[in-house]
Amino acid sequence: MKPAPFEYHRPGTLDEALMLLADDPDAKPLAGGQSLVPMLNFRLARPSALVDLVGIPELEGIHVEGGALVVGAMTRQWDLEHSDHALPLLRDALRHVGHTATRCRGTVGGSLVHADPTAELPVCALALGAELVTNRRTIPAEEFFVSVFTTALEPGELLVEVRFPDPAGPSAFAEVAHRDGDFAVVCVACAGERIALGGVGATPVLWDGGDLDLLAGFGDLFAPADYKRSVAEALIERVRA
Amino acid sequence: MIPVAVTVNGVRHERLVEPRLLLSDFIRHELHLYGTHVGCEHGVCGACTILLDGRPARSCLTLAVQADGAEIATVESLANGSELDPLQQAFHEHFGLQCGFCTPGILMTARFFLQQNPSPTEEQVRAELAGNLCRCTGYASIVDAILAASRASRP
Repeated sequence: MKPAPFEYHRPGTLDEALMLLADDPDAKPLAGGQSLVPMLNFRLARPSALVDLVGIPELEGIHVEGGALVVGAMTRQWDLEHSDHALPLLRDALRHVGHTATRCRGTVGGSLVHADPTAELPVCALALGAELVTNRRTIPAEEFFVSVFTTALEPGELLVEVRFPDPAGPSAFAEVAHRDGDFAVVCVACAGERIALGGVGATPVLWDGGDLDLLAGFGDLFAPADYKRSVAEALIERVRA
Repeated sequence: MIPVAVTVNGVRHERLVEPRLLLSDFIRHELHLYGTHVGCEHGVCGACTILLDGRPARSCLTLAVQADGAEIATVESLANGSELDPLQQAFHEHFGLQCGFCTPGILMTARFFLQQNPSPTEEQVRAELAGNLCRCTGYASIVDAILAASRASRP
């Protein structure tokens, strides 16, 4: 299992990275590589070039601004998990994101942009009503996740930072996975009045308190629909307790 | 080809590499350090875990070009000649390995884990080991070894 050949660039600035990506429509940005490199190894992804975003100052850093936690897209998951600023919901959820070794490499922005429908960070972003700031605009989490592995980002657009508002009220995260550190069968994040679910459709979804059967696409390869529904019901109970 | 300079176990190496070369293959085939094992090559088994700038990383999920400028520690960094590191000694005394394939990755995972959490509970050790597959099902003795190493290092 070896990746197909590609070029490698390590730009020093965001502008330079955007220029490299604009010059080559088959180039892909590389964040922590914890999802992209397996896809390269399987040759499921065959980009012509990788533009490594590491070390670009605009994409780094964690700070609090106007009641929101602002996290640079290239912040390693482990660094957010261990930051004094991390919201309790994010800290609880990050423990479920892969393993220590993948969290030390994997980035917050990379996980959000990868948009795996069972991943934990997109569910938290939706529950918290996060704003995803790109080089062009600010996208609310409700509009960011479009489908499986698909976001609202357009060609030439890179995620720069994420603004997670401090939730009014308590928050909680709960997950059932087949193994510790695996992607969720179902995961649920609660932030104040908002509850978001992952693993129950093509994107994370906000739960309106209604019938869970109305949420699309429940069953998958790993868990039948009735099992997922009962897990979702149990986890909703748990985060509200 | 791209120039890469890394310091591995205290020794500086410079090579010209293809961008697609995985760090695991760089360590084994370019530096001839065969202690780092390659299992699944997609980040699931943990056998290739090394320390990259002091933190654990799957070397099969890292490109050698990404490691340019980094300090790397592999399992070969642990022993001092024939003298085992206390963590290795605990694995030896508690039968913490059977076939040994997963062992280098588990040792490097445990090394960082015990630095962060010098006095872990058994539950914490078990949770941490979820990222390293042992196909000999030797987890009970691996957990014993890591707990023994943590006790041995306490003053």
